[in-house]
Amino acid sequence: MIPAAFDYYRPKKMDDVIALLEQHGDDARVMAGGHSLIPMMKLRMAEVPHLIDLQDIEGLSDISVEGGKITLGAMVTQHDLINHAGLTAAAPILREAALQIADPQVRYMGTVGGNVANGDPGNDMPGLMQCLDAQINLVGPNGTRSVAAREYYEAAYMTDREDDEVLVSISFDTPSGGFAYEKQKRKIGDYATAAAAVQIVKDGGKVAAASIAMTNLSDVPVWSEGACDALVGTSCDAAAMKAAAAAMLGDIDPSEDNRGPVAFKRHVAGVILTRAITRAWDRA
Amino acid sequence: MTEKMHIKLKVNGEDKEFLAEPRELLIYALREKLNITGPHVGCETSHCGACTVTLNGKSVKSCTMFVAQANGAEITTIEGIGTPDALHVLQESFREHHGLQCGFCTPGMIMRATKLLEENPTPTEEEVRFGMAGNICRCTGYQNIVKSILAAASELNAAKEAAQ
Ligand SMILES: Cc1cc2nc3c(=O)[nH]c(=O)nc-3n(C[C@H](O)[C@H](O)[C@H](O)COP(=O)(O)OP(=O)(O)OC[C@H]3O[C@@H](n4cnc5c(N)ncnc54)[C@H](O)[C@@H]3O)c2cc1C
Ligand code: FES
Ligand code: FES
Repeated sequence: MIPAAFDYYRPKKMDDVIALLEQHGDDARVMAGGHSLIPMMKLRMAEVPHLIDLQDIEGLSDISVEGGKITLGAMVTQHDLINHAGLTAAAPILREAALQIADPQVRYMGTVGGNVANGDPGNDMPGLMQCLDAQINLVGPNGTRSVAAREYYEAAYMTDREDDEVLVSISFDTPSGGFAYEKQKRKIGDYATAAAAVQIVKDGGKVAAASIAMTNLSDVPVWSEGACDALVGTSCDAAAMKAAAAAMLGDIDPSEDNRGPVAFKRHVAGVILTRAITRAWDRA
Repeated sequence: MTEKMHIKLKVNGEDKEFLAEPRELLIYALREKLNITGPHVGCETSHCGACTVTLNGKSVKSCTMFVAQANGAEITTIEGIGTPDALHVLQESFREHHGLQCGFCTPGMIMRATKLLEENPTPTEEEVRFGMAGNICRCTGYQNIVKSILAAASELNAAKEAAQ
C-alpha cells in the first residue's frame, strides 16, 4: 500500500503552516498523528501533494485546567488525555471516552485536534465535544476565531474550517454532575455502531441540566436538544429515559453499512443512550 | 516522484542515515533499507500490531507512519532488546510459557509488552489484555501470551525488590 507521492514539510512556526496552506490551497493538508490521514492516503482515498506535519509546532500539546475552564491543545494525544490526572479529576468523561478509542498504539499517535478536525462521523471526540459544548479554536490568515462544536459539522468530512485554517485548541467549561461515555462496537479498535456522551446535573433529586450527543448515527455528530429537554425536571425515571430515547431517535439518521441495517442501528442507539443516562444519573 | 529526503534515525542505539521518499512507510524503511526484519508486516492497515516498535518512548505501528515523520527519532525494535545468548525477560518468558506458535506476531507482541510493563509494572490479567488489544495473534488464542507477560512482570518486580 503505497500512497501517492507528496512533498513533505515540517515547519516550526504556525505562520509558515498558514503560508503553505495559502500557497497550495486544496493541494495541501496538515497532518497531526496521521492515524486517520495515512490510512486514507494508503488507500488513495486522500491525495495530498503537499503534506504539512505539525509535530514541530510548539505549544500545541498543552492541557490547561484552570479557573473552571479546560483547554486542550490540538496535538494532545488520546494517550495524554488518559494519563493526565488533573484533567481526569476535572472532566472524567474525556478519559472514559478516550479509553474506548482504538488501541494503545493508535492512542499514542491520534490527537484530539485530528479527531475533531477529521469530520469522519465515526470519530468519537466530535460528539463528546458537542456534549461538553466546547469551542473549537482556529487560526488562519485573518487571525483566530472560535466556533461552537455544535455548529462545526456540516456533512461527512465537511466542517466549518476553511482550507487555510488550522485547529489550534478546544476549550470548554469544566463540566459538573454525572457523566458517561457509552459505546457499542464490534471489537476493540472498531468505530462505534452507536455511541452516546451524556452529562447530567442533579439537584434535589431532579435533573437540573442534561447534555446528550450521539456518534456515528448520522453523517455528523448529533447533539439532541429534545433528548436533553425530555430529562430536565424529571427524576430520571424509566418514563423520562424512554422519552429522551424517543426524542433522540427523532434526531438521528443512520445509514446501513457493514455495522448493520438502519433498524438495528436505531435499536442499538436507544439501548446505548439508556445505558449512558442510567450511568450518568447514578454518578450525578 | 518527489525528491528523496535525507533521513536520520537512531535504531537500537545505532545512528542510521539513508535517502528515502517521504511517502515510504517506516516499516519498509526498517525492513528494506536497514535490513531490520524483526518488525513484521501483517495487515498493513494499522490493525494487527505485528509492525509495533518503540519510537521516542511510544508504542507505534510502523506501518502507519511515514519515514519522513519518523525522521530524527529514536527507535527500538525486537533486535534491540536482547540477544540469543542474553534474552530479554519477556523473550525468555514467551519461550518458557509457549507465548508463541508460528511466531509471526511475536516481535510486535513483545515490543508492545515491554512498553506496557513500563506503563504499568504490576498489571492484572485484564489490564494485560486491554493493554495488548492492538496486537492480533492468529495462533495462540492469547492465553499463553497473557501468561508470559504476567510471568515476566513478576520476574521483573522480584528482581527490582531483590535489588533494593
Ligand atoms: C485502527 C484504528 C482504529 C481507530 N479507532 C477509532 C475509534 O474507535 N474512534 C475514533 O474516534 N477514532 C479512531 N481512530 C482514529 C484515530 O483516533 C485518529 O488518530 C484520529 O481520528 C485522528 O487524529 P490524528 O491526529 O491521527 O489526525 P490525522 O490523521 O493527522 O488527521 C486527520 C484529519 O484532520 C486534519 N487535521 C489534523 N490535525 C488538524 C489541525 N490541528 N487543524 C486542522 N486540521 C487538522 C488532517 O488534515 C486530516 O484531514 C482509529 C484509527 C485507527 C488507525
Ligand atoms: S502491519 Fe502494522 S498494524 Fe498490521
Ligand atoms: S504465534 Fe502465530 S500469529 Fe501469533
